[in-house]
Amino acid sequence: MTYIAKPKFHHPGLKKNELGYTHRDYEGKISTLCAGCGHDSITASIIEACYELSIEPHRVAKISGIGCSSKTPDYFLGNSHGFNSVHGRMPSVLTGANLANRDLIYLGVSGDGDSASIGFGQFAHSIRRCVNMTYIVENNGVYGLTKGQFSATADRGSKSKKGVTNTDNAIDLVAIALQLGATFVARSFSGDKTQLVPLIAAAIRHKGASFIDVISPCIAFNNHAGSTKSFDYVREHNDAVNRLDVLVGRDPIAVDYAPGTVQVVEQHDGSRVALRKIDADYDPHDRLGAMTFLQKHAAKGQIVTGLLYVDPEAEDLHEHLNTVETPLNTLEADTLCPGSAVLDKINASLR
Amino acid sequence: MSDKKPISSVNDFVVRFANVNGSGSASANELFARAILRHGVPVSPRNIFPSNIQGLPTWYEVRVTEAGHLGARGGVDMMVAMNPQTWDKDVAGIEPGGYLFYDSTKPMPSTKFRDDITVIGVPLTAITNSTYTDPRQRQLFKNIIYLGALAALLDMDPKLIEQLIGEQYKGKEKLLSSNVHALHLGRDWALQNLKCPIGLRVKKSDKVGDRIFIEGNSAAALGAVYGGATVCAWYPITPSSSVAEAFTSHCKKYRHDPETGKAKYAIVQGEDELASIGIVIGASWNGARAFTATSGPGISLMTEFIGLSYFAEIPAVIMNIQRAGPSTGMPTRTQQCDIIACAYASHGDTKHVLLFPEDPAEAFEFAAAAFDLAERLQTTIFLMLDLDIGMNHRLCRPLKWDDARQYDRGKIMTAEMLEEGRDFGRYLDVDGDGIPYRTYPGTHPTKGSYFTRGTSRDRYARYSEEGPVYADNMQRLVRKFETAQDLVPRPLQANAERPTKYGVIYFGSTSPAMDEAIGLLEARGHQLDRLRIRAFPFHSSVASFLAEHDFVYVVEQNRDSQLRQLIVNENGIDPVRLVPIVHYDGSPITARFIAKAIGDHQDHLKVTPLRKAVS
Repeated sequence: MTYIAKPKFHHPGLKKNELGYTHRDYEGKISTLCAGCGHDSITASIIEACYELSIEPHRVAKISGIGCSSKTPDYFLGNSHGFNSVHGRMPSVLTGANLANRDLIYLGVSGDGDSASIGFGQFAHSIRRCVNMTYIVENNGVYGLTKGQFSATADRGSKSKKGVTNTDNAIDLVAIALQLGATFVARSFSGDKTQLVPLIAAAIRHKGASFIDVISPCIAFNNHAGSTKSFDYVREHNDAVNRLDVLVGRDPIAVDYAPGTVQVVEQHDGSRVALRKIDADYDPHDRLGAMTFLQKHAAKGQIVTGLLYVDPEAEDLHEHLNTVETPLNTLEADTLCPGSAVLDKINASLR
Repeated sequence: MSDKKPISSVNDFVVRFANVNGSGSASANELFARAILRHGVPVSPRNIFPSNIQGLPTWYEVRVTEAGHLGARGGVDMMVAMNPQTWDKDVAGIEPGGYLFYDSTKPMPSTKFRDDITVIGVPLTAITNSTYTDPRQRQLFKNIIYLGALAALLDMDPKLIEQLIGEQYKGKEKLLSSNVHALHLGRDWALQNLKCPIGLRVKKSDKVGDRIFIEGNSAAALGAVYGGATVCAWYPITPSSSVAEAFTSHCKKYRHDPETGKAKYAIVQGEDELASIGIVIGASWNGARAFTATSGPGISLMTEFIGLSYFAEIPAVIMNIQRAGPSTGMPTRTQQCDIIACAYASHGDTKHVLLFPEDPAEAFEFAAAAFDLAERLQTTIFLMLDLDIGMNHRLCRPLKWDDARQYDRGKIMTAEMLEEGRDFGRYLDVDGDGIPYRTYPGTHPTKGSYFTRGTSRDRYARYSEEGPVYADNMQRLVRKFETAQDLVPRPLQANAERPTKYGVIYFGSTSPAMDEAIGLLEARGHQLDRLRIRAFPFHSSVASFLAEHDFVYVVEQNRDSQLRQLIVNENGIDPVRLVPIVHYDGSPITARFIAKAIGDHQDHLKVTPLRKAVS
């Protein structure tokens, strides 16, 4: 669908990160989504986060399902392998990929149809298996590619572009992720890059199942009055509990924060997250508290955003399976095959 | 009491045990089969069990066969009737002149017996209850007691059984001695109270050789260990669950790093078959050898992913332990009924490689080979077992492995090759075999990455909906499938002594019954050339075999003669020349069935000259 080749030249003075890469090195093909699509802002945020973290682009595996959101991995990290798999099945493909090579960074990109409807089961099970991944749902409450049907995250009572009122209850993926044991849970808004970029960066640095629900208005089919996923509605109802700064390394925190407003969370890999509190009482280490907070605010029609829960000491699937440190995909017959002498013994035991 | 002479046979008879499932009879019955093997006499045991855990009827059939006929025979010479629920049917199933062994603790009305069989009553419950007080012990040792009585009746060497018990309970002295005690309780009672031995006897022989006794599922799982599988994702389903369970136990023994204790494998029990195949596809995409094991319903669920594997060219190994379908069908009964479902699985134009092992030894070999084939061909390889091979112990040649063997990882473009400036097109056929190069994710900072998708794309993996670009790719996939023909195991042909116009094609678990049927047919004067198909796509020798014979019987275990359909379809031959011989009641096919079906057809074909007919 990309008919226009993206020009490769760039300004010679473009800033470089620690690895010497510029922003452009984290870009992909030109997006074919509608102009103004929230998903493109998320793409830009992923590029920004990877640039800032100085990730080697080719060490990321981008995996998606089917739908508008699932097309986006083609639009960022052009030097990474991507896999646009089967509708609703990104989580299982990502789980398998992760098992094969624990050394890559796994970025799962999905949509609300992909994760809350057809792939609800796979979403749930990948979270409860603690797969080390960053799972981003680009949530617009609507099926864009098939022209505007409700998805399972559409709020009850919200109106479709054609004027139909949704009578089904909405699935809140953040609430489910919390319940299922995700160890990094956040919600953000595609229109708020300053909140989203550090969340993505922190999620990538987090070891374990990171889940980010990003409300991402569909400009073509879900940005009208009566929708609860429109730009206007989300802006009006956005209730951010905190904002993040991601601090890589152990250097002293250079930024000045007013006392009592910042909580520093150290992650497994030594990187730190500085949480600037907006809601003074919100504790992102309290899973139960987060669930209650979320329910209470949802009942008031508010969309809670920010880092809602993090467990810095999280474990992942590889730890649970006790797998070797060496990626399984590099093992060969010399270490995998027990050999003929063992087989002779097995034969002898079967007589 | 008998008006029919009791059957007299040494090392050639069928014993069937009728039990209630969950009663612990399985291990005693298996001990019986193994004990006969230790006499140097081949056996072929089969479990006939319900889709249930406790309380329903289950049977275990042991064919004792010095001649080495490992297929099911049909008929029962001795019934060990331990299940009142099935008594009438069990008694009725005994061959005239056969034997009925039963628990005579409670008197039975004479109408419950037959007068053309020998009835052997042993008061098993009485013996058990007078010896044991614990209800569980009573249950378990009753099984060993009947085994002891049978040993006396069939003239088996008790030392060989003791030896087996000793191996089974090595290091567990208490269990060992109590089992041996129970064995002798039964044996002594029989020797003192019954005429031993009866007409059926086990005599020491030397026909077992170095063969091993193993279930196909366990052998296939071992093949996956030897073949370098590191990722296994599965969802429990009869009759395939024991593949993943065996893989788990083999890996625990052979796949842990001796220094760190860490696992050189990852096994995930998926939430369903969709997740299982998804994990396999993801792992294989990322360069690990991965497989799943399932059965018919699982295949149905996996088909979307199978299409992705075909079109996006991602290796996968699926072990399909077939059971009787359609739908839930008969979950614990055998069939070869997923041939078409697997050969053409998924929407659109697809074709897949199928491997048909005949026994556990081939299940081991083909399982290991499946991983080489999957990576070489970058597609799904189906290992087509069935319940008969998978869940029964089968006598087969020892498993072999060549230590010099390296895994064929297929066409992988490495960072070095990319650095040298090699042209990388993910779907570019560089040498005419239809197989393109692939790169593993994370290979090179700036070269060799691509976007994998189930949508159409050009040779360089760029999205395209151009007709010629799509057709070019589809044609290359056809070429790749042609390449597969010469990579998969070839058919094996065995010709009749005399030249004949008639042939027979068969595959998989039908093998032992077919071998035996050939002898029966020859005795009736029918000469048949045989071709055992071991894989799809069909090698060119299948077409030659069809061309060389007027009529070819296709013997298979499904209603719609699916392999025949596949042959007709793929070879474009006149279907009239392919005669379906189908057996599909869920029981394993027998030599008697095949010989009768083919023999009747052959008799029908023989045109009697008119003059001879009227004279």
